[in-house]
Parts: sequence; C-alpha cells; structure tokens
Amino acid sequence: MTNTTILMAEDNPNDEELTLRALRKYNVSNEVVVVRDGQEALDYLFCAGEYASRSANVQPQVILLDINLPKVNGLEVLKRIRADKRTRTLPVVMLTSSAEERDRFAAYENHANSYIRKPVDFDQFTEAVRHLGLYWLVLNQPPPAPRSGNGR
Amino acid sequence: MRTPRTTIRRKLILAIMLTSTTALALAGTALTIHEVTSLRALLARELATRAAILAANSTAALAFQNPEDASQVLAGLRTDPSIVAAALYDARGGVFATYPMGASAPLVPAAAGAMGNRLERASLLVSRPVMEGNRRLGSLFLRSDLRALDERVRAQVMAILVAVLGSMGVALALSAWLQGGIAQPVRILAETAKAVLDRKDYSVRARAVSDDELGVLAEGFNDMLAEIQRRDAELEQRVADRTAALEASNKELEAFSYSVSHDLRAPLRAIDGFSKALLEDCGDKLDQVGTKHLDRVRTATRQMGQLIDDLLNLARISRAELRRERFDLGAVGKEIAAELKRAQPEREGVQFVIAEGMTVVADTQLLRVVLDNLLRNAWKFTAKHPTARIELGQHRDNGHRVFFVTDDGAGFDMAHANLLFAPFQRLHRQSDFEGTGVGLATVQRIIHRHGGQLWADGAVERGASFSFTLSEVKS
Repeated sequence: MTNTTILMAEDNPNDEELTLRALRKYNVSNEVVVVRDGQEALDYLFCAGEYASRSANVQPQVILLDINLPKVNGLEVLKRIRADKRTRTLPVVMLTSSAEERDRFAAYENHANSYIRKPVDFDQFTEAVRHLGLYWLVLNQPPPAPRSGNGR
Repeated sequence: MRTPRTTIRRKLILAIMLTSTTALALAGTALTIHEVTSLRALLARELATRAAILAANSTAALAFQNPEDASQVLAGLRTDPSIVAAALYDARGGVFATYPMGASAPLVPAAAGAMGNRLERASLLVSRPVMEGNRRLGSLFLRSDLRALDERVRAQVMAILVAVLGSMGVALALSAWLQGGIAQPVRILAETAKAVLDRKDYSVRARAVSDDELGVLAEGFNDMLAEIQRRDAELEQRVADRTAALEASNKELEAFSYSVSHDLRAPLRAIDGFSKALLEDCGDKLDQVGTKHLDRVRTATRQMGQLIDDLLNLARISRAELRRERFDLGAVGKEIAAELKRAQPEREGVQFVIAEGMTVVADTQLLRVVLDNLLRNAWKFTAKHPTARIELGQHRDNGHRVFFVTDDGAGFDMAHANLLFAPFQRLHRQSDFEGTGVGLATVQRIIHRHGGQLWADGAVERGASFSFTLSEVKS
C-alpha cells in the first residue's frame, strides 16, 4: 500500500505557510497533513482523539518534526514513534530552528533519520525544502508497510 | 615530615645524667681531698703528742746518761704498729738509743737533724728537743709509717666512689622516669603533626597529657587544627555556593541562548520568507522602489540572522569545555586558506604564506575558529587590492611563542585599536566590508580561555597584524 502523505508537526503558522509554499514551488503534490502540537501528532499517528476514525495501516511517507512543539515536545514525539512497532520504521526528519548540540545529539540518539536546521534566509530555506522533498519523497525508498505479526 | 635523628627522651636523660654525675664527681673529689688533709693533720697531731710524752719520759734517762732506760722507754712504742722507728740523741747530737734496738740510717738519721715535722715518701718524720726546764738534754726522732693512713684514705675514696656510682644509678632511674613528663607529650604532639600531614586529615587531635606549658602547646595545636578545619569547611561551603550560583547562571544563559536561537530566528524567517513571497506574488504591482525596499528588508533580516548565529557561537565558546590536543596550527591554516581560495577562485592575486612546524597543544576546534576568523578577516580586508600577501607564522618573544596573522590590506587606525575586540564594534563601514563585529570578540575569548594574549597592530591601507600567545601546556 503506497501512501504519499507528509505529516508536518509545526506550531508556527508562518513556518507552516512558508514550508507549504516551498513544497508547492517545487511541485510536490503530496498531501501534507499539518498538526500544530506534539499531542496532535501522536493522535494522528496512533489514530486517537480527533483522528480516531483514521486507519493506522496508512502512515505518512515522511514526518517533518519540529522540536519546540506545544504540549508534547518534538523529541518526546520522536521517542514515542520509535517505541511503537506500528511507527518505528517511519522516516522522521527533524526540521527545527535549534542548532544546539544537545538537541542534535538527542535527535540522533532517538534514531531521527535526518536533522535540518531551518535557515533564516528564505532562499536557503526553499532550497532546503526542495532537497528534502526530492530526497525523502523521490529518492528514498520507504520501508515496506508493516504486516501484522511481522513486527518485533 | 622527617624522622628525628635523636629523641628528646635521650637528650633529657643525657642532660640529667651529665648534671648529676658532674655534681657527684665534684663533691666526691672535694670530700676525698678534705678527708686526706684532715687525716694527715690528725696523724701529725697524734704523733706530736706521742713525741711530747716520749720526750718527757726520756728526760731522766738522758739526764742520768742511762741508755738502757732510754731503750726501754722507746720499746714502749711497740704498742703502736704505725711507728716504725725512733731514736734519742744526746745533747751533742749523737745517737743515744734507738727503736727498734740497733736501728741505723736510713731508718733513723745518724745524727740529730732539724726540729719539726717532715714528710718523706710514705713516712711522716717528727723531731723535737728533749728539755728539762730550760736545759736541752737532747732530741727525739719518730718515724711513722703513712701506709696505714693511705689504707684509710683508699677505703674512704672507695666508699665515696661507691656512693657516687650508686647515686648515678638512682639518678638514671629517676631521670628515665621523670623525662616521661616532658618527652611523652612532645612525642604525642610530633606524632599528631605527622598524622595530620600524612593523611591530610585535620580532624586528628593531640591527646593532652600534661597541664604545663606542653599541655598549653598541645591545646594551642588542637585549636589551630580546629581553626583550619573550620576554614576548610567554610571554603568548601563557599566554593559549593559559588559553583551552584555559577551553574544556575550558566543554566539561565543556556536557556536564554536556546530561546534566542529558537524564538528570535522564527520571526526573522517569516519576515524574509514573506518579503520573498511578496516579491514573487505581487511583484507586478510593485515598482522598482518597492522592490528595492523589499530587498533591503531581506538584507537586514539576513544580517540579523547572522548576528544571532555569531552571538550564539560566542556564548557557546565561553561554555565549551577545552579539549587540548597536539596539532599543527599551520595545517589547519592551510585548510582554511584552500577553502577561501575555492570560494573565490577569481582572487588569484592573493598569496598565502604559512609557516611549517607550528605544533601547539590546544583545543583544535576552537583554534580552528580563531584561524578561520583571522584568515577570513585578512582575506576580506585585502579584497580591494589586486594583489595581497597573507602570512600565518610564529616568532619567539622573551621565550614565548607568538603566532601571527599578517596581511597588507585595508588595515586600521591604531587610535581605535581598543575597539577591535569588543563585540559589535567595527572599524569599517558595512558598505565597505561586511561583518557583524563579533568575530574578533570570539577570537579573543578563545585565546583568553587558552590562557593567552591577543593584540593587533596596523595602519590604514598598510595592513593589519594580529598576534596571539597560548599558555604552553606540556602533554
């Protein structure tokens, strides 16, 4: 089952708008689901709360995860994604303002697939999003969808 | 703490023994001399008395010229074994009678000699006249053997010697017992001091065993230890307090820079992003002036982004732990030079001169930031010259190694040199040379963290030279 949804966890409406704009600019036609805090991200992934009717079998192709999220911090969201067999193989790209060493370290320690710092310069930002889309949506081969009974 | 070569105990016993032995020896000698002289005087007196009695008893025999009577009188001396010989002389000095009978010279003189007492080797000799009224009838001679006296003296000296030796023995025992009162507290004190030094344990206390000056000393010593302990605790507390305060402010600073990096950058990104969006979406409604204004907005935004990054770097460098290792400063310099040339290959006129063998022990990453800033500055400030020479080298000054980065570019006015290393201070207009003014402040902080110094020389349009030292750490 191929699914090409992008899940974007971003609480800043400006950053959301600019990311979407950059994606559109490079003709990324994938559906982008935007969640605005860490809890909503988890609800989406684990089909809880307002996403209770969603099928957990359909998971996004890539997750763009900010660190500084309300309610549940991005690093915590990452931890829970990796702790659950339904989501542990999902590609997660940390997309954040922070360049702090400890954030980078914590992200990789919790098996983030990539860590990208949002540049202030919008030209650089769109360039980053272009690379990101090209790499994760076109070049990168996602893991096969988990079959029940196959996960560890 | 060294171990003493001799002990107080031995010294004390030695002192006591020396004093008492000297006193006893002097007293013994004086006693002996006194004994000998008084014994001799006594003997002389006895002999004189005996001679006087003998002389009185002999007057008749001499007066009547009866030698037999005289011999008999002298024979009475038998009862005294100390008298070995005697003689009577007539008025003319000739021998009249002798004891023992028939004795002659040298036991008794052949003729009467001078009157009085005389010592002759081991004998005491007495001669006195024999008188009857005022008429001198003759003279008497007695020889007393002093060996008996010597015997007595020897016995006396032996007794004194025994007394002296006995006293010394008693003195030795007494001193061994008495020294404990002094040597013991001193020994305890010394052992305590040694224990404190060896174990660096200031909770040890000296046991007070006497209530004299040594007790006071031990008490004072204990008080000193208590004082040291108290100060140690106070210092430790102070260090702990300061550390806690420092950690708290460090944490605050970290939280601050974290929020700066996050929250200050997000709006900037929005300003830049939507300026760009405005240009793209509504570019046809903007004239050239509007487009230019928006370009300026975007330039300013990017500058501010750079500024925030530089500031964060500066803060990070102040916090970062130094990781010193041995590496070649020149090798790092060459990498940076190659990077600069790659970025702007059109600047063919720039020549880098980088010295060999600049091995240092320092934090590689931080020193890379230093060289990157200094070489990048040199690169930047020579940009308006068609040819340029940028040198990274070292020389020795007063035994210290001084590293330098020199260029022949725009330079600066030494009158403003004090502003060079302050954050945000710039000596050039933004329109001439770009920059945030944080680079040299960062360099200075890194050099200071390495215990080194940083200074600059320069002249307008004649280049700049930045020199620094590093505290040399052997490893």
